[in-house]
Amino acid sequence: MLLSEVAANGPQFFYLVPLVVLFPLIGLLINLIFGKRLSETIIGTVASTATVLALLVAVLLGISLVGHPEGAIVPVMTWIHIGELNIPWAFQVDSLSVTMMLVVAGVGALIHVYAVGYMHDDVRHHGDPSRYQRFFVFFNLFIVAMMILVSANNYLMLFIGWEGVGLCSYLLIGFWYDKGEGGIGNAIAGKKAFITNRIGDFGFLLAAFIMFVFFGTFTFEAVFEQAPEVASGAILAITLFMLLGVAGKSAQIPLYVWLPDAMAGPTPVSALIHAATMVTAGVYLVARSAPLYVLVPEAQNVVVWVGGLTALFAATIAVAQFDIKKVLAYSTISQLGFMVAAVGMGAFVAGIFHLVMHAFFKALLFLSAGSVIQGIERGAHHIEHDPALRKQAKDVHDLDPQDMRNMGGLRTRMKTTFWVYLIGALALAGIPPLAGFWSKDEILAEANIFNGWVYVLLTVAAVFTAFYMGRQVLMVFFGKPRTAATAHASESPNVMTVPLMILAGLTILAGTINLPGVHTFGHWLEQTMEENAHAGEFVIFVAALSTILAITALLLAYYLYYHRYKSMQDQPAAKRPDDPLRPILGPVFKLLENKYYIDELYSLVILNPYVKLSQFLADVIDWQFWHDWFHDVVIASTYNRLASFSSIQIDLGVIDGIANGLAKVTQSLAGQMRRLQTGYVRGYALSVFFGVVLILGYLMLR
Amino acid sequence: MSTELALFIMLSTVAVASALGMLFSRNAVYAALFLILNFATVAVFYLILSAPFIALAQVTVYAGAIMVLFLFVIMLLGAEQTGRTPTVWWIQPLALVLGVILLIESAYLVFTQRGSLPNPEGVPALYGAPKLVGETLFTQYVLPFEVTSILLLVGMIGAIVLTQRKARGKMDDS
Amino acid sequence: MLPVSYYIGLSAVLFTIGAVGVLIRRNAIVIFMSIELMLNAANLAFVSYARVHGAISGQIFVFFVMAVAAAEVAVGLALIVTIFNTKQSIDVDQMNALKG
Repeated sequence: MLLSEVAANGPQFFYLVPLVVLFPLIGLLINLIFGKRLSETIIGTVASTATVLALLVAVLLGISLVGHPEGAIVPVMTWIHIGELNIPWAFQVDSLSVTMMLVVAGVGALIHVYAVGYMHDDVRHHGDPSRYQRFFVFFNLFIVAMMILVSANNYLMLFIGWEGVGLCSYLLIGFWYDKGEGGIGNAIAGKKAFITNRIGDFGFLLAAFIMFVFFGTFTFEAVFEQAPEVASGAILAITLFMLLGVAGKSAQIPLYVWLPDAMAGPTPVSALIHAATMVTAGVYLVARSAPLYVLVPEAQNVVVWVGGLTALFAATIAVAQFDIKKVLAYSTISQLGFMVAAVGMGAFVAGIFHLVMHAFFKALLFLSAGSVIQGIERGAHHIEHDPALRKQAKDVHDLDPQDMRNMGGLRTRMKTTFWVYLIGALALAGIPPLAGFWSKDEILAEANIFNGWVYVLLTVAAVFTAFYMGRQVLMVFFGKPRTAATAHASESPNVMTVPLMILAGLTILAGTINLPGVHTFGHWLEQTMEENAHAGEFVIFVAALSTILAITALLLAYYLYYHRYKSMQDQPAAKRPDDPLRPILGPVFKLLENKYYIDELYSLVILNPYVKLSQFLADVIDWQFWHDWFHDVVIASTYNRLASFSSIQIDLGVIDGIANGLAKVTQSLAGQMRRLQTGYVRGYALSVFFGVVLILGYLMLR
Repeated sequence: MSTELALFIMLSTVAVASALGMLFSRNAVYAALFLILNFATVAVFYLILSAPFIALAQVTVYAGAIMVLFLFVIMLLGAEQTGRTPTVWWIQPLALVLGVILLIESAYLVFTQRGSLPNPEGVPALYGAPKLVGETLFTQYVLPFEVTSILLLVGMIGAIVLTQRKARGKMDDS
Repeated sequence: MLPVSYYIGLSAVLFTIGAVGVLIRRNAIVIFMSIELMLNAANLAFVSYARVHGAISGQIFVFFVMAVAAAEVAVGLALIVTIFNTKQSIDVDQMNALKG
């Protein structure tokens, strides 16, 4: 084909790879320094252009890789050079990293364009238009960090990017830091994300330290070369600690708790960071460390079970959530569980394939959800400014635009959003021939080979996935509008809907990159992962079963949330349950709605004792013991006593005493001596005479 | 016993006796007169010792001028008797004791080898004559001589200044 | 001539008597006279030794002693007169204004 000919004979573009970091960095600096003087449009354009340029570079790299599959390592500078340890900042261009770069830059560019429109409305809704610049600075910073992560050629550089995306996540979740519950709810959510991530980073660092002790280097090439000779216990420790980092970053059990709270950030943030890119960093890490993981099957087992359990666990919670973004958040956790299980069991191609597919349709779903939310806000705004309508709808102010119970019937009012959302939902549910079907199916097929129980686990999770997506689509878009704001909702502007449509197109077509039998993607990844990138089999039985189960789940959802819902509306408002499942499942529903009370459990078992411990350390140990007692009583008062001793006893007592004493002695001596001066001449003469006698006597007796 | 010795013993007895008399007499005038006797005796001693000029100078200056001056002042001041009980009672016994000790010491010193000198052979010619004295005085010792004359002048002035009456003293204190 | 030690002995005796006289007597004028006695004793010693050595310097010295004694007496008696004008007494025990 023409492309491969061009690629094989054309120039190599590997040396351009630093630009994937440099373009967003320049964009961020322009917005940071000049942002105050620029208009919103220009800020948004600068940021989006930077990301698009990064995308172009990634495409060029991809083309170069087609012709030169061996890739390249492009060093930029020496970062650490201490003795034997030499860690450069070098870019690794191979198929895995270029895949990630394309996903990040591609989806990132689309979301940037979407965010130009979304944030325009959002900053006005929250009342602070000057924050627009800040958003795009942080957004570009995220792209910079993520690019560093995926293009690094050693674990330490990867960690730099890892930390960087964690920072951007914190900054962007808490973007509206003065809003949220009680005025600091968003800031608390950001803090929760950062700290939970930090626990994962702790695991990553331990893995890095062990790696340094046993390998003496961090570079991927060197580590993977030495891996077979190193003690398997060390590799087991490294991989398990890395799993802790993956659990933190990719929201697996037990560190997933930050992701639902992260929905406090603006929707583009949720789409880019918490659906498409940052959370996939953990999956990328495992895929990159494949040579390590295949050496320790025990670690692989752990990874698979963690992923599988998370997939099912999160899927069950998603069934009972009412916030449109929370459903998607738990869905993300569940799908990440799929991916982690896949790379855990050695199906790296399947895992990365699902990562790419998931990026497309999850971003699509989040952005569409954002569109829905803004549509409802527009409706509320419309009512506010129309006095005739205001009399009818009194509950406009307290309306939560994200609660699905306040939505309904948006199918007719927001047509474009409805269609793209439907496409995304069906892809997530795994309906062929959309993207999600191919990738999820490959994972299920691999799971079947690996371990029967895992296959059952993942299949059940897939069923739940289909069910809650059907529930969501039906609650939001079908039926009748349940509030006035929803009834007056309007479609989003083009700057938001066009990226949605592009993403929808990608969702429909992207599955073709790894069709069974052709395995284009598999061959592509083979260049990097060699024997670890084995092609997945297409098992028709698995595919058929999963499709049938998915369609069954959707039908069940249709029955519950369309028919039953309609009949529920006839009941009086006070006794009407807000969800058809509530009367069926009863207390189980309540359990699911409250996320199995895990947050409360963590609070009780970990957080509260920790807070009490730190309060104890701060109050008792630091203040009372250290400051009040040790410093004040022991040190300060000892010093005071020493000083007063020195000044009173020594300085005044001894030294002044000596000085005064000398004077007194002199005085008393003089007083004594004075008595010699009797004034009697005869006495004086006597003493002279006496002296003469003595001297003569002495001379005489000598 | 040679003549010289007898003479010496006699004269020394007189000298010591008059000295003791001066010491113990209550009346100041009597003390002065005893002292004059002592000076005269010593003048005779000078004569024995071939110092005629000095002997006569002694009589003239000491006994004639100095003691006369003493007598003048005694008369002037009434020479009253002093009180019986001294304020410091232990000086007198102590002084006597010390005097005795001194005597013993000096006796020891003088009459052992240290105080004695060999007898002289003779004296040069004109020894003790005023001529020789005057010659030596005005050649070898002219500087002390002149200084002594200034000293006498100062003494005179001092005596006059000291005894001026208070009225004049006040005028000079302006 | 007799051994000079005789004369010196006599001089010593006279000197001692004069010294004791200075200490014992309270009359200022008598004290002065005792001092003259002491000076005289010293003169005697001078002359004796001058005779022994045949040196006229001893007699010259006596000459000077006499001159100085005269000056001293003049001034001293003038002092005593002055003191008498103030204190109406010449008892040295009463002249203790310099006591500390």
